[in-house]
Amino acid sequence: MTVATRVRRSLVVAATLLLPATAHAHLVNTGLGPFYDGVSHFALTPEDFLPALALAFLAGQRGSQPGRALLFALPGAWLAGGVAGLLFPAISSAIALTTVSFILLGVLVAAEARLGTGVVLSLAVVIGGFHGYLNGAAMSEAKLGALGLTGIVTTLFVLVSLAAAMVVAIRVPWGRIAVRVAGSWIAAIGLLLLGWSLRPG
Amino acid sequence: MRQTNAGRWSLPEAGATRGALAKSFTVATALWPALAWAHVGQGRAEGFLAGLSHPVSGLDHVLAMVAVGLWGAQLGAPAIWLLPVTFPMVMAFGGMLGLAGVPLPGVEAAIALSGVLLGLAVLAEFRPPLPVAAAIVGFFAVFHGHAHGVELPAGASGLTYSIGFVVATGLLHAGGIGIGLIHRWTWGRLLLRGAGACVAVAGGYFLWRAFA
Repeated sequence: MTVATRVRRSLVVAATLLLPATAHAHLVNTGLGPFYDGVSHFALTPEDFLPALALAFLAGQRGSQPGRALLFALPGAWLAGGVAGLLFPAISSAIALTTVSFILLGVLVAAEARLGTGVVLSLAVVIGGFHGYLNGAAMSEAKLGALGLTGIVTTLFVLVSLAAAMVVAIRVPWGRIAVRVAGSWIAAIGLLLLGWSLRPG
Repeated sequence: MRQTNAGRWSLPEAGATRGALAKSFTVATALWPALAWAHVGQGRAEGFLAGLSHPVSGLDHVLAMVAVGLWGAQLGAPAIWLLPVTFPMVMAFGGMLGLAGVPLPGVEAAIALSGVLLGLAVLAEFRPPLPVAAAIVGFFAVFHGHAHGVELPAGASGLTYSIGFVVATGLLHAGGIGIGLIHRWTWGRLLLRGAGACVAVAGGYFLWRAFA
């Protein structure tokens, strides 16, 4: 087979692969299936993603022991809160909670606060439980059920593992500063959210 | 097509190959799917983009943000990392006041003045004690944040606007610090002082315009 023939065949294959399939663009309407809607939850919901990331950073800053403990405490609390939300849905959104989570956790990460493992875990249980409850209540309204919650908790486990381990493994000084800068950004977003919630009109 | 013993293509074959490659590139480009913008989360994408573009939309803001980074680099540790950690929070505090509708007098003049003073600080390689430097930067950060806060576009998502706004501000500082790292060389110091002079002159122009 000559090179020109090979290139022409490759062209046909490439063109076939690049032909856009049906878009199914409106993911909000069609969904990805309950479990995968849960898996993609953190990618689409910064109000849950950033506090979870900040908690992982906070635990990672304090070393491997709090990091390992958070790996189970945060998804566990999120799951428990989520089940409560599924069973007893009352509210599915709380801007005040999101704002407090952002500011509190962001400031703690920015200050590289010397907290004990118990304090970090207590924060994880309280904040994770509340966020989980809101997720569960929203999923109850959206009829996503336990499968959606399972997707969220699974992704949370992976997220906490990666983020906390990354921070624990940092050895260079500028790496720790970068984590603190990330914390200050999260706190800044929380402050702006607070202003947004107080916005007149 | 034929391959020679040396493993190279003869001229006509090479031409045919180039032609086929050019056609495949054209077809691939034509078939490349464009961005979807598929209605995931109403107002979220434009909120993020509005927040991201806002800090870079005014030259007075950009110059001051970059000047903070330049000054931090001149001052060295711990200012070089303390400023980017604290500045976003102080600026966001100003943004919160603006969003909440708390009035602040002389915002435009203060923003322009920040350009003048920060530019002069870089020009003179002014080295005050760290709390004084932080107080100067923090004071002006409130005004910059306030100006951004009152201009939140209608219909935008507050959360994604805030994320874009903070990310853009942080990246401007990072850019300033990155440029400021040339301070380690003699020619770099001169260049930085020159940049400080430019910022101060531009700040003077904005100050004149604020009162005109």
